Amino acid sequence: MDQYVIGVIVSNVSGVLSRVSGMFTRRGFNIDCLTVGETESSGFSRITVAFRGDDEIKERIVQQLQKLHDVREVEVLNRNETVIRELLLIKVRNKAETRQDIMTAVEIFRSKIVDYSPNALVCELTGETSKINAFIELLKPYGIMEMCRTGIVAIERGDNCLKTVK
Amino acid sequence: MLISGAKIVVETLIEQGCDTVFGYPGGQVIKLFDELYLCRDRINHILTAHEQGASHAADGYARATGKVGVVIATSGPGATNLVTGIATAYLDSVPMVAITGNVPCSLIGRDSFQEVDIVGVTMPITKHNFIVKNISELADTLRMAFKIAKSGRPGPVLVDIPKDIQVAQCEFEPKNQPVIPAPIPFAPDDKLEKAAELINAAERPYIYFGGGIISGKASGELIALAEKINAPMGCSLMGLSAVPSDHPLFLGMQGMHGHFASSIAEDESDLIIALGARFSDRATGNKNRFAQNFKIIHIDIDGAELHKNISADLGIKGDIKDAVARLAELAEAKSHTEWQQRIAELRNEEKLRTEKALQASYQKSCENCSNSCGRNGLSAEQKLRPYDIIDIISAHAGDSVVATDVGQHQMWAAQRYPLKKPRTFLTSGGLGTMGFGMGAAIGAAIATGKHTVLFTGDGSFGMNLNELATAVSQNVPLVIVIMNNGVLGMVRQWQTLFFDKHYSNTTLARQTDFVKLADAFGAKSSRVFSKDELETAAAEAFAYNGTYVIDCAVDCDEFVLPMLPPGGSIDDIITDIK
Repeated sequence: MDQYVIGVIVSNVSGVLSRVSGMFTRRGFNIDCLTVGETESSGFSRITVAFRGDDEIKERIVQQLQKLHDVREVEVLNRNETVIRELLLIKVRNKAETRQDIMTAVEIFRSKIVDYSPNALVCELTGETSKINAFIELLKPYGIMEMCRTGIVAIERGDNCLKTVK
Repeated sequence: MLISGAKIVVETLIEQGCDTVFGYPGGQVIKLFDELYLCRDRINHILTAHEQGASHAADGYARATGKVGVVIATSGPGATNLVTGIATAYLDSVPMVAITGNVPCSLIGRDSFQEVDIVGVTMPITKHNFIVKNISELADTLRMAFKIAKSGRPGPVLVDIPKDIQVAQCEFEPKNQPVIPAPIPFAPDDKLEKAAELINAAERPYIYFGGGIISGKASGELIALAEKINAPMGCSLMGLSAVPSDHPLFLGMQGMHGHFASSIAEDESDLIIALGARFSDRATGNKNRFAQNFKIIHIDIDGAELHKNISADLGIKGDIKDAVARLAELAEAKSHTEWQQRIAELRNEEKLRTEKALQASYQKSCENCSNSCGRNGLSAEQKLRPYDIIDIISAHAGDSVVATDVGQHQMWAAQRYPLKKPRTFLTSGGLGTMGFGMGAAIGAAIATGKHTVLFTGDGSFGMNLNELATAVSQNVPLVIVIMNNGVLGMVRQWQTLFFDKHYSNTTLARQTDFVKLADAFGAKSSRVFSKDELETAAAEAFAYNGTYVIDCAVDCDEFVLPMLPPGGSIDDIITDIK
């Protein structure tokens, strides 16, 4: 099954995230991740949803999103024409015998160490989902203590925009 | 002019053309009810026995008139008692505005007395809902609620108003007209042309319509299309009353308990033209089998319905009235002689099967009946079969609005009652809410000011019979026909067919005397066993300008037929039960 990424512009009002996420639950659509944040206009937020499914499910999701009163704009993003990023914060054990290997991985992945303590290292990494997954796999043998990732945000290349006001 | 939030609510309701509201007072709407008292000569409040009854009454009022129904309840339990009514309206696309009080903003989120997050609770069963925390937004929020409720595919909207907002003062500018619904998109030309091509090429077209024809006021256009292409029409439960029952091209409801000819014709057709209907599982049965033999054109105002339950060959989003009118222009006139011959055969077969089932039922002994219906002494001709009850009542009822509850009686009424014009058959189709009928019938009777008929069962009636108090106190002209078989008949029918006659909790064994009960509530009543008795009671009931309960004895083993088993298909149709 393909993964689809949908950009959704919503009114920035109380409860809007519940309405959108509730719709997915209620209609039985499974999602990989959902992120929400501010946009260039103060009255609007942007939600990015990623899910796996076929063309029919994608169409149903778009239609159901468009029915929500607070939803202003819905667009299925073409992956080839879209910049997709995710942020990872990961805490691994800081041991003398593995420290150098971790540093090498951090350097090659263009990650950053953002906290250093006697027993733990916190690395930060931004990238596409596949790169994040590869980095996590690489760090597993060194002892992952804790990790969190933001889920993806996505924006189209070029001058195509998901307009907040039409 | 500086006025209170409560007054803003009442003034905005009046501004939106609302002359009747249904509700129940309580601590967090006491200020709102004070304003209703002060404005009682401009807006009529109907007090019910329970908030659920009020929500169904607002729904019935909306279904009978096409206007937005309004219901008011207090916070907490008042608000949660509306939930079933709101969900009923949501599933059947009925325009409704529900107004609830809530605790003052400063107490929200603290589990205060009678506090509930009704916006959270009703999010999945409303088109949209609001909580107003700023009085300056109150009037526009209410206007938006009306706009959303009646725009596009209609539905319920809830506005939650904390008590301090009702008390606070704010400037109010009345508008000189109600909000106008959002413009409806029209179906694109190229798609309608494609649809016309499919229709022109079809040899056995079948029109399947739903409630969208009624809310879209498209009955005339639908009939014109059907007559031009000479196609038979069938409908979903929600589509009933859109077309006169005696229209020569109308085969009746299709689906699980649809007419034999209607369901078979649908299956034998080569093109389904679905108009304002949504292919519910009760209408289609097994979806894989359903779409086997025919192509489907699906036209609906709600784009999310296209390809949701059934993959249509051509899905068209647009205003149904406009789309059907343009389609009728584009389509070629046809006679479809062979197809109409086949339809005539099917109608004939349906008639024979119905007659056979009827005779079997007249001959049947009632000895095993758990209900002491007292019919054993009657001659076969005098026994009351469900269809006889419908026939006798309809002969007296004229053009009355008919409401139903949910169960066997609902299906018998749907199959048999001769309907003449739109908005005269009010039934809970999507949610299947037992207890819907009393409130809905009261709302319709108040809206039309005329006799309204309620068909109910002893099970459904038991759920909200407290609203008899409302009917009597409002002196509502209501004829309540209880098909009393002493059992929860629809579930019993399933138990007979699919659960080895394990009648688990469907035999009521109640000793309720509905005549005494009606008397206690101040309504007139009679209990009838035979056709003659029902004739007498019906004449009396329709001559009486008030609420009249007719308690009809019905055999507990009467079945709703035909039946397509749940998840089954047309191949499994059951037309008689040994």
